[in-house]
Amino acid sequence: MQIEAAICAFCGCLCDDIVLTIESDRIVQAKNACALGKAWYTAHSRPPDLPAARVDGKSVEVEEAIEAAAILLTKARYPILYGLSSTSCEAQRHAVALAEALGGCIDCCTSVCHGPSGMAVQGFGEPTCTLGEVKNRADLVIYWGSNPAESHPRHMSRYAVTSKGRLTPNGRKNRTVVLVDVRSTPSSRFADLLLTVRPGMDFEILWALRALVLGRKVEPAGLAETGITLAQLTHLAELMKNCRYGVLFAGQGLTQSAGNQMNLSAAILLARDLNQFTKFAIIPMRGHGNVTGVDQVLTWQTGYPFGVNFSRGYPRFNPGEFTMVDVLRRKEADAVLSVASDPAASLPAEAVQRLTEVPLIAIDTHESETTRLARVSFMASTVGIRASGTAYRMDNVPLFLKQALTSIYPSDEEILGRLLERVRELKA
Amino acid sequence: MIRILNGEVYDPINGIAGEVRNLYICDGRISSQDAGGRTIDAAGMVVMPGGVDMHCHIAGPKVNTARKLRPEDHRSHEIAKTPLSRSGTFGSVPTTFATGYRYAMMGYTTAFDAAIPPLAARHAHEELNDTPVIDKGFFLLMGNNEFIMERIAAGEKEEVRHFAAWLLQAAKGYAIKLVNPGGVELWKSRSNAHTLDDEVTGFQITPRQIIQSLAEVSEELSLPHPVHIHCNNLGIAGNWETTLETMKALEGRRGHLTHIQFHSYGGNPGESFSSKAAEMAEYVNAHPNLSVDVGQVMFGDTTSLTGDGPLGYMLHQVTGCKWVNVDIENEAGCGITPIEYKEKNFIHATQWAIGLEWFLLVQDPWRVVLTTDHPNGASFTLYPRIIRLLMDREYRKEMMRNVNQKALAQTTLPDLEREYTLNEIAIITRAGPARLLGLQDKGHLGVGACGDVTIYEKNADWEKMFAAPRYVIKDGQVLIEDGHLRGETYGRTFYVSPAYDPAIEGKIRKFFDDYYTVRYENYPVQLEHYLPRPEAIPCRV
Repeated sequence: MQIEAAICAFCGCLCDDIVLTIESDRIVQAKNACALGKAWYTAHSRPPDLPAARVDGKSVEVEEAIEAAAILLTKARYPILYGLSSTSCEAQRHAVALAEALGGCIDCCTSVCHGPSGMAVQGFGEPTCTLGEVKNRADLVIYWGSNPAESHPRHMSRYAVTSKGRLTPNGRKNRTVVLVDVRSTPSSRFADLLLTVRPGMDFEILWALRALVLGRKVEPAGLAETGITLAQLTHLAELMKNCRYGVLFAGQGLTQSAGNQMNLSAAILLARDLNQFTKFAIIPMRGHGNVTGVDQVLTWQTGYPFGVNFSRGYPRFNPGEFTMVDVLRRKEADAVLSVASDPAASLPAEAVQRLTEVPLIAIDTHESETTRLARVSFMASTVGIRASGTAYRMDNVPLFLKQALTSIYPSDEEILGRLLERVRELKA
Repeated sequence: MIRILNGEVYDPINGIAGEVRNLYICDGRISSQDAGGRTIDAAGMVVMPGGVDMHCHIAGPKVNTARKLRPEDHRSHEIAKTPLSRSGTFGSVPTTFATGYRYAMMGYTTAFDAAIPPLAARHAHEELNDTPVIDKGFFLLMGNNEFIMERIAAGEKEEVRHFAAWLLQAAKGYAIKLVNPGGVELWKSRSNAHTLDDEVTGFQITPRQIIQSLAEVSEELSLPHPVHIHCNNLGIAGNWETTLETMKALEGRRGHLTHIQFHSYGGNPGESFSSKAAEMAEYVNAHPNLSVDVGQVMFGDTTSLTGDGPLGYMLHQVTGCKWVNVDIENEAGCGITPIEYKEKNFIHATQWAIGLEWFLLVQDPWRVVLTTDHPNGASFTLYPRIIRLLMDREYRKEMMRNVNQKALAQTTLPDLEREYTLNEIAIITRAGPARLLGLQDKGHLGVGACGDVTIYEKNADWEKMFAAPRYVIKDGQVLIEDGHLRGETYGRTFYVSPAYDPAIEGKIRKFFDDYYTVRYENYPVQLEHYLPRPEAIPCRV
């Protein structure tokens, strides 16, 4: 059997032109998918190899695990829900309701990837666009602190570099591509202009670019530490001012290096300044398949995109106070529910230490450091393969991911829905 | 089953203006039979159908981006959870749950989001599904759709119609919305449309052609609501000429001109700014094919969020506040910036006065609707205060003393003595918008109508009366009682499903292959998944 126009939910590109070949409930081919996408389809179409639910390492009925998880969570005084970047918005909606019912915190992977982008937007806004405008109009594309060839392998062909559109009928020939990074990467060969910056100097360079764009004088000596010369920067500023439609793709090289949200603020202000002369947009290179969706759901339900606390019965937002790493590191959380994420493998050691000390509940589609460590763990069907649901692309375009194979485990949506129901009963 | 006894009933659609009557609700609908059930003694109280907001921004991408943009606007405007309701935050752009509850608390049971880009229709439906109590729907942005512009340029009128029908079906939208027709497309190359006859670069067509084609399509498809137009040049001094041109361009076809206050300015940009409400109201009075909603400005901090990208940029330049712009492939745009309307500011005071002039100068209340273009002019929570301004001349005069007097003096407002009656308020807040939307079972209390009833305790202060109804009944369920939520319910989503020739699909598919980044197959909204309580409103015959 073949499925046309399937959507790969591995990364924020959400490529929706995948042709799946299915044989005996397995995906044997994922045409058009990149290497990451193919691996994702293969890994997630395996037959069930683990019990659907485990408590203290023992296989149990899902219902029993729900009960155990609900009791652990309701007993906690300061539980935190975390992750959610690789699941559906339907599951995320339940997760926010659950955090609210528990009076705990909820945080998503945004706080350790593009949280600084979100904070910069709160400060200054952002001129942005959907990826189709990049395809149709952009004649200058800048990747800054991003290595799309490895992180988002089809980003350049589907959207930003070789794609052909209304004002870019010749694709690559109609565009100038600039890469700004701290080192050469597999993406470098796609660029017309490569700028290698010294690590930690992004803010200074972006700020100097703003000055140049606005016609102010920049002293060459001021750039001495940045790894970039005034001539290089002046050239880039001219490219930016003189393009028809420019787009800066901001990677985690900007958000997770010295300066964090200040880097993004500078990039946004640069893009904003450029709109005095031309059209210029900025788009964060969101990583996980639906990390953009969890920001959306949290925002429409609470007003805030990540790092939300419900201790007072209403939402409050404070990055650094209610965010996962901080709540764990300060040993505040006394129970953790991780959904569609692997904090035990990805967070700093001090935070992971706390995961070993408190009741940990994990819901994921596969075995991970976190599910191994968890007191209660659930296996869930992968959204887009064995479950359906909504996901938002990195440019906030919402798509419906259809189930391709039979469901072998309950979905995150179903598990969280049942957990929410039980927690509400226990709290009543 | 509910019996509402001895209330002073205002039901303008059925010609009832303050008669003391009994109302019966059975199986969620107004009934002629007294079938018993809970009895509400409404003696001395005012009974009206549930309110209908025909133009607000409560769901979808730009609303959510505005929420995200303004954490400072939510802080100290929180709403705690209760056993029956979810928590949220308020401010100028409230969260979804907070929005639904607050409309209900105010006696409104229906609201339409006025500007959804089709590409984000799924997002709008997701948010509407998290918006409790009220029935809802949205208008679909088409005034800068590149497929439509190509077809207009090719002279393929029929194809424009088939495509519009396909798009409404695909997005599960309710009406055709134009926002700065042609201008948003031009903004993608940093330009704008300044007259109805400017050329839309790359398409060799004009805003006038877009307006005329889509007004015609709206009529040919017999959509329940006529074309809904946000004119070119919003907010710009001297724009009244563009607005009048737009009205004339309709050539007698039905058209709804939205937030008309923002389009009624005389003067010259950078030099002068004045009211042209009187001249324009006269034109509307003489042309029964036209209706307007006001988009009243009220003083205070709010957020401007619009599908009009160049307008967003202009406001950002004026205010210097943070700014979001989003260009949406092949379809639409968006601009967001915080804004504070100040009483002493000449322009803001003029805008405030113009809104009130419109209410007081349009003679036929069925063709003028109470809106603030929430949150652009003000939050919808200020509707009760606007009602007081309309019903209470003395209060209006008192408020007029606080605003910029030079601004006031060049409007007709100081000369307007009219006071709205309760019956007229019932028209501009429920009966009129329901009729303009083509909702047969909304906005009235005749047999078979929805059991949406709002019961107000009389108060000499109209604002207090309308801000906190004693009872709000939705589909026959008492949901609000003495200011408290008593139940949990989710409303219906209204959409239209006009027919089209399937032959158009091949052309649309080709267009998607060429210019979109989502596949044709992945574009339409899945009805069964995204509309848990769908209701297709039939196109008029």
